[in-house]
Amino acid sequence: MTTAAAPSPFPEALKNAFVTALIALGLAAPMMGLVTVQVGGDLGLEPHCPRVAIAVALVFVGRLILNLTIWRPGRVKKVTAISPKTERLLSKTARYLAPAAVAFAIILPFLPGVGRGQIDLGILVLTYVMLGWGLNIVVGLAGLLDLGYVAFYAVGAYSYALLAQNFGFSFWLCLPLAGILAALWGVMLGFPVLRLRGDYLAIVTLAFGEIIRLVLLNWQWFTGGPNGIGGIPKPSFFGIDFKTGPDGFAATFGLTFSPLHRIIFMYYLILALALITNYFVIRLRRLPIGRAWEALREDEIACRSLGVNTVNTKLTAFALGAMFAGFAGSFFATRQGFISPESFVFMESALILAIVVLGGMGSQFGVAVAALLMIGGFEWFREFQDYRLIIFGLVMVLIMVWRPRGLVSSRSPSVFLKEKKAISGSLVQEGHG
Amino acid sequence: MLRLPNERARPSFGRPPPTQETPPADGVFRPALVNGVTLGSIYGLIAIGYTMVYGIVGMINFAHGDVFMIGAFLSLIVFLALTSIGITFVPLALLLVLFVAMALTALYGWTVERVAYRPLRGSFRLAPLISAIGMSIFLQNYAQVTQGARFKPLPPVVTGGHKFGAVDGFGVNISNVQIIIVLLTVALMVAFTLIVSRTNLGRAQRACEQDRKMAALLGVDVDRTISLTFVMGAALASVAGLMYLLYYGVVDFYIGFVAGVKAFTAAVLGGIGSLPGAMIGGLLIGLIETFWSAYFSVEYKDVAAFSILIIVLIFLPSGLLGRPEVEKV
Amino acid sequence: MTTPPADAPKLPDDTLLRVEHLTMRFGGLTAVDDVSFDVKRGDITALIGPNGAGKTTVFNCVTGFYKPTVGRLTLNGAGGRGWLLERLRDHQISRLAGVARTFQNIRLFGGMTALENLLVAQHAPLMKASGMTVLGVLGLGGFNKAEAAAIEKAKAWLERIGLIDRADDPAADLPYGDQRRLEIARAMCTDPVLLCLDEPAAGLNPRESGDLNALLRSIRKEDGVAVLLIEHDMSVVMEISDHVVVLDYGKKISDGTPQAVREDPKVIAAYLGVEDEEVEAVEREIEGAQA
Repeated sequence: MTTAAAPSPFPEALKNAFVTALIALGLAAPMMGLVTVQVGGDLGLEPHCPRVAIAVALVFVGRLILNLTIWRPGRVKKVTAISPKTERLLSKTARYLAPAAVAFAIILPFLPGVGRGQIDLGILVLTYVMLGWGLNIVVGLAGLLDLGYVAFYAVGAYSYALLAQNFGFSFWLCLPLAGILAALWGVMLGFPVLRLRGDYLAIVTLAFGEIIRLVLLNWQWFTGGPNGIGGIPKPSFFGIDFKTGPDGFAATFGLTFSPLHRIIFMYYLILALALITNYFVIRLRRLPIGRAWEALREDEIACRSLGVNTVNTKLTAFALGAMFAGFAGSFFATRQGFISPESFVFMESALILAIVVLGGMGSQFGVAVAALLMIGGFEWFREFQDYRLIIFGLVMVLIMVWRPRGLVSSRSPSVFLKEKKAISGSLVQEGHG
Repeated sequence: MLRLPNERARPSFGRPPPTQETPPADGVFRPALVNGVTLGSIYGLIAIGYTMVYGIVGMINFAHGDVFMIGAFLSLIVFLALTSIGITFVPLALLLVLFVAMALTALYGWTVERVAYRPLRGSFRLAPLISAIGMSIFLQNYAQVTQGARFKPLPPVVTGGHKFGAVDGFGVNISNVQIIIVLLTVALMVAFTLIVSRTNLGRAQRACEQDRKMAALLGVDVDRTISLTFVMGAALASVAGLMYLLYYGVVDFYIGFVAGVKAFTAAVLGGIGSLPGAMIGGLLIGLIETFWSAYFSVEYKDVAAFSILIIVLIFLPSGLLGRPEVEKV
Repeated sequence: MTTPPADAPKLPDDTLLRVEHLTMRFGGLTAVDDVSFDVKRGDITALIGPNGAGKTTVFNCVTGFYKPTVGRLTLNGAGGRGWLLERLRDHQISRLAGVARTFQNIRLFGGMTALENLLVAQHAPLMKASGMTVLGVLGLGGFNKAEAAAIEKAKAWLERIGLIDRADDPAADLPYGDQRRLEIARAMCTDPVLLCLDEPAAGLNPRESGDLNALLRSIRKEDGVAVLLIEHDMSVVMEISDHVVVLDYGKKISDGTPQAVREDPKVIAAYLGVEDEEVEAVEREIEGAQA
């Protein structure tokens, strides 16, 4: 923008910041400065000048600081935010970090100062970690863009709720059934989208997710419509209920009854489910099917020339990804005790996809970190109330601008002869479908 | 539980708008046709924004629906501001609203591109998509925080209507708002077709669509062309926002998502990247919705629209007018 | 999976592939017009012709990427089983009939290592060994053994093409000539009976070109695999092929030994029709190959 040898960057930076502030004024003055309010029966306008002034001042100062620091003319720009060397170091530490994180997750409920709130948050984060790992199969490995993943989460949740309420099936029986049903729906989505690529695939998966939600919303007698389904039974500890009586969990194990037992049990349940998901995905990556997914992401035409059945490969990716969402969904139903279509809106799909992309497509560890950052961070910002989602949206934009390939951008090979070398993300394709 | 904004019971697309007087014995077919064309015009105008951006940068501008919502809000604010300074002559007020809101919304479109997309140009395909989703969340909640979560009802500004072909009792009522919407859409379509086919900007756009690098080598200012594409898309979305305001008489922060998804559906149905495709897609989605509502059920109108999209794409994987993707071996 | 019909006609024992009346139309354009030729077992057959003659289209029909408008493609596969290629789905052509191919613009899995590329090529047998994934996930069955064998085979090929030291490097990081050879090795890992190479020498320097010739000869000799190749580099064509088919404007204009084709006036005319310099260059190259 400016010549590198400018004597003092200050006047230029000031001018630039001023222009930016003017644009901010143009943006903010009508939307922030004039608020539509209802006076009596009519709409009127209420001026709010101070907040426009604050916003414009913030933009001016922010831009000025940036102009003088990061965007200073002549400043040598680093090519990547993290050099390959640090990245290799990171991926090495990740090898130890991952078991450490699992160990931490296991002892979390018994750490001092951890109460119900923290465990609840842990359950929430782990649910999204599991969903992220499931979607990672479809998006990260097979390179198929899925904007309707939440549909399978919904199928899992409603399968459990309806099976439990209508037939009295237990959670442990419903869990695999919910997974299988979700996988079947995954195949149903897979069929029409086999020939589609890129953004056509994106809109069809989005439409599919919306269709499922709208049907759940409007099929009153079957799903309860917008009122949802309540009173979903809680799982037992392998047949022993969490209740106060003599045959309850506390009495059986000689503990004093505490409602926290169930919460802790739920926590371990989702931790186990998430770890099983992780095990499966890691295992699948090393099997021919996993390699075929990645090859499909790299080059579909080459795949076909090598005898890989791309139809089956895509359908398996959709089915397995959906299956894990189905498991997560039935866990969600049993934890909440109440489900309604409101929990399965498009924004959830977008959030899970954001977790996968932010984590670094294909990286299990990155996805877990991203889920912790996004969900944990979101809860942490609770005090900002209304401004929370504004910040959330902005942070999503900023992170993408900062690291477009996600936190862990390198790919680790599924097999090696002598040395396992991380493959730079810039060489890895992200699929066209 | 993580709460993101949800769809609530609000006036939504496809339902008979509250401002419209219920037609007398017209039957079902003709009102549905008229409503469908009106609704389709609004969808079509938003869809053009999606399709133009897709054509030139190859990304789904997920925040476009929210730019439309901002456009509707800005139209409302400008209209109220004009009323408060005494400009109450409706045609003049509407004309001023149209231009001022277009300019302000275009500024939003420009800023969105500058902040969220330009730094990611040439990057990986999913990064701008996630950035766009972030922008969409931002704009939605920005509107909610600044303007409040309650929806804003505006009393009918343009009233009255005409009965056409009433001689034999088989007439159809068309309100003035509907006439304005359809005529304005046709005018804008003609103008845009001319811009794209006749002007330097249009040529630059088409050049960037074909090969951005080559266009830059030949002296096309790619950044400027892309910025102008976003500006044009936002301006059209703002017109759609004004139409929505006049037609439904109500605005809230959530209208952007629903409209955005429908318009995007329309763009894909018509063949993304094709301007006439976007308009045809918009009209089709509008008609499917109103006819489904009229003959079957209002609840499942969106399911019908989405199902038809999926069915069309199974047989025409590049939409109705899209260029089929040639698989080069 | 549907079993393809086995009513393929019997071919003479020495014939591997018979192309009959192959015609391919794209809308109004006839890219390939009634082309017939045979590929003999153990031969290197070259498909040559000026740009736009329809060579790649013939290739895409043989390897299943296009369905021919008219024509029959009979392959006398392993164990004497006959296949009608135009009735097979694209992935079945490699898996069942044993036709492997490379691409004009190299299509390696760039973000995967050289070793992984060769393992993807062994997808079908490995998939079977992993019990269609189910047993593999649980660590049951003979998957580990099968995988070890697959890795051994990949290693052998990497050694043959001189890339064993780069086995763990991403394919996209390899130099161009190595990528070409890796792509051929990947195709060979599918255990084909017919290897189709689309301009394998394009963009190679003379030394790499020489390596390629040696590799192709060894594939014919040691693996007994027939090779069908498209090539512009006349020195490669004249040096290694046993049989040359010449196409021009979608029609076959000549078919025979390199010597016969070289002297065919129709071929000379076809090349003369393009550019004088080009013909001279071709003639020089042919003479160079002969000397």
